[in-house]
Amino acid sequence: MKLHEYQSKFRFAEFDIPIPQGKIATTPEQAYAIADEIGGPVVVKAQVLVGGRGKAGGVKLAKTPDEAMQQAQAILGMDIKGLEVTKVLIDPAAEIVDEVYLGITTDRAARRTVLIASGEGGVDIEEVAATTPEKIVKMHIDPFLGIRRYQTHDIANRVGIHRENWKEFYQIAKGLYDCVLASDATLAEINPLVLTGEGTLLAVDGKMVIDDNALNRQPELAAQRDTSDEPEAETKARESHLSYIKLDGEIGCMVNGAGLAMATMDVVKLYGGTPANFLDIGGGAKAETVATALEIILSDPNVKAVLFNIFGGITRCDEVAKGILAALEEVKPDVPMIARLVGTNEKEGRELLAEAKMITAETLSEAAKLAVQAAQSA
Amino acid sequence: MAILVDKNTRLIVQGITGREGSFHTEQMVAYGTNVVGGVTPGRGGEWVGKVPVFDTVRAAVEATGANCSIIYVPSHFAADAIYEAADSGIPLIIAITEGIPVLDMIRVRAYLDQKGVRLVGPNCPGLLTPGEAKVGIMPGHIATPGPIGVVSRSGTLTYEVVDALTRRGIGQSTCVGIGGDPVNGTSFVDVLGLFEDDAATEQIVMIGEIGGTDEEKAARFIAERVTKPVVSFIAGRTAPPGKRMGHAGAIVEGGVGTAEDKIAALEAVGVKVADHPEQIPDLLV
Repeated sequence: MKLHEYQSKFRFAEFDIPIPQGKIATTPEQAYAIADEIGGPVVVKAQVLVGGRGKAGGVKLAKTPDEAMQQAQAILGMDIKGLEVTKVLIDPAAEIVDEVYLGITTDRAARRTVLIASGEGGVDIEEVAATTPEKIVKMHIDPFLGIRRYQTHDIANRVGIHRENWKEFYQIAKGLYDCVLASDATLAEINPLVLTGEGTLLAVDGKMVIDDNALNRQPELAAQRDTSDEPEAETKARESHLSYIKLDGEIGCMVNGAGLAMATMDVVKLYGGTPANFLDIGGGAKAETVATALEIILSDPNVKAVLFNIFGGITRCDEVAKGILAALEEVKPDVPMIARLVGTNEKEGRELLAEAKMITAETLSEAAKLAVQAAQSA
Repeated sequence: MAILVDKNTRLIVQGITGREGSFHTEQMVAYGTNVVGGVTPGRGGEWVGKVPVFDTVRAAVEATGANCSIIYVPSHFAADAIYEAADSGIPLIIAITEGIPVLDMIRVRAYLDQKGVRLVGPNCPGLLTPGEAKVGIMPGHIATPGPIGVVSRSGTLTYEVVDALTRRGIGQSTCVGIGGDPVNGTSFVDVLGLFEDDAATEQIVMIGEIGGTDEEKAARFIAERVTKPVVSFIAGRTAPPGKRMGHAGAIVEGGVGTAEDKIAALEAVGVKVADHPEQIPDLLV
């Protein structure tokens, strides 16, 4: 789960990371009041969960409260990569002498948390990593030692932070690591970390991603979820504990298991069709879950056929068949449905579906071919 | 011969009195697995079928001489259960539990590495050595003894492949599900090494998916170390970047982890990569 810039920075502040003393505005009038209170030049920043806000015109400098109000007026309601801006952060403008990148994330290959820094702050770090990897410094953190002072000195030295700021830099890096641990973050980044005109360090922009698997022990963070960048069907699926991702194709897919769901999409594509979604109903799904899943698939108007691929293990084919039948009662779909049910209780499952006059298949390839044909003739 | 589990496995089940734990204990016993005990704190002295329940792993090990533990406890207690097994002298731990936070797994993995304990999973279907031992949730009836070693990051996709092999009369030495999480205990490389050294395994099937670089590492290992033929399938050719496809580890991020890269890396070292799972039996020698 992604956090907004303001949510991330306010969280950083709880771990003694210095941030600009800004506030959130949802109206131009609030923007005026905040700018007036700050009393000096401010930056008006769109709060949306996508990168490239600056380039899209979502970040503007304002010298007076009047200007802040005008900028907020222009930015609120703006469409940035398909997302509507509903909040702006009003931060005091910082005098930037130098800027660096500082982030902590999971290094899967090393199975460690890694501290990443670069002297190239304020720009897209993935681009820096791709074009000039020598400008990126990485340091793994031992989970039992935590972040050590010498590591931050080494990093500071290599990204060009002056020794007058090393103590501060250690506190910020340690604060960021403590924040990662306390928040179950899979990513926390400060970009840029700025050396100001006063000679101190300041976290001017921030970003955090929280581990979805940890949200039930992070209720405070889970409550901050913004679902505006998530299609409605995905929100509904998440609430029903289904894993659903909408795609652009025509064949709706309902599968048990993530790997098999991906493989099913791939086989659909192999036979000339296009998958409309990824959907994993999980292990041991009950009839009710199956019905919700089918409703979600059919809420996509592009769907011209639905393919069920169920390999029963924990999941029982007759339960899935009952769910499909229950859903058919409610949803009354007008698209062809192709079912391939194998494994636990497959015979019972198939008998149930035969009564519903569904197209059935023995193998995944056969099912995919039938679904592609059905979608093309629809 | 087989790898990791066989008829000499003496298994305990952590979380044996839970819904999943008790159901699968029954299934594993029915398959013929030697389940010698179970653990649920506070429930020692009870029985699940003919399996005695203990309060702690230490008590279970002392009473039964267990050499393997399987974990079904819920995600927030799973790390603790793994530490307990490791501290009680269990050399092989299989974690079925899904949804363990990644920071927990980083600490778990570092701790187990220090102790020299092997973990398979988490978020995996476990292990199956056909005819000998089923340690996990794979449906036993789809597998049959034979010379093919199967290793996979996914659950039901593994069943699909094992079923396709069995239907064609091709049996398996051991089926290993390593799980779909970003940080896990046992990697493709570990299992490939075990299959290479296993006399009962003649060929290897490796089922990967998008995300991370474990398949690329496996390709390098195959080039250096593996003499047995390897056939592969990589799920997620149609997956869009930036979207987590169910498994926490199945995500293409920053251009890393695409199916194309993995397929290219494997083909470059002579691995035959199937276009779809049912094609795998055709590609075996």
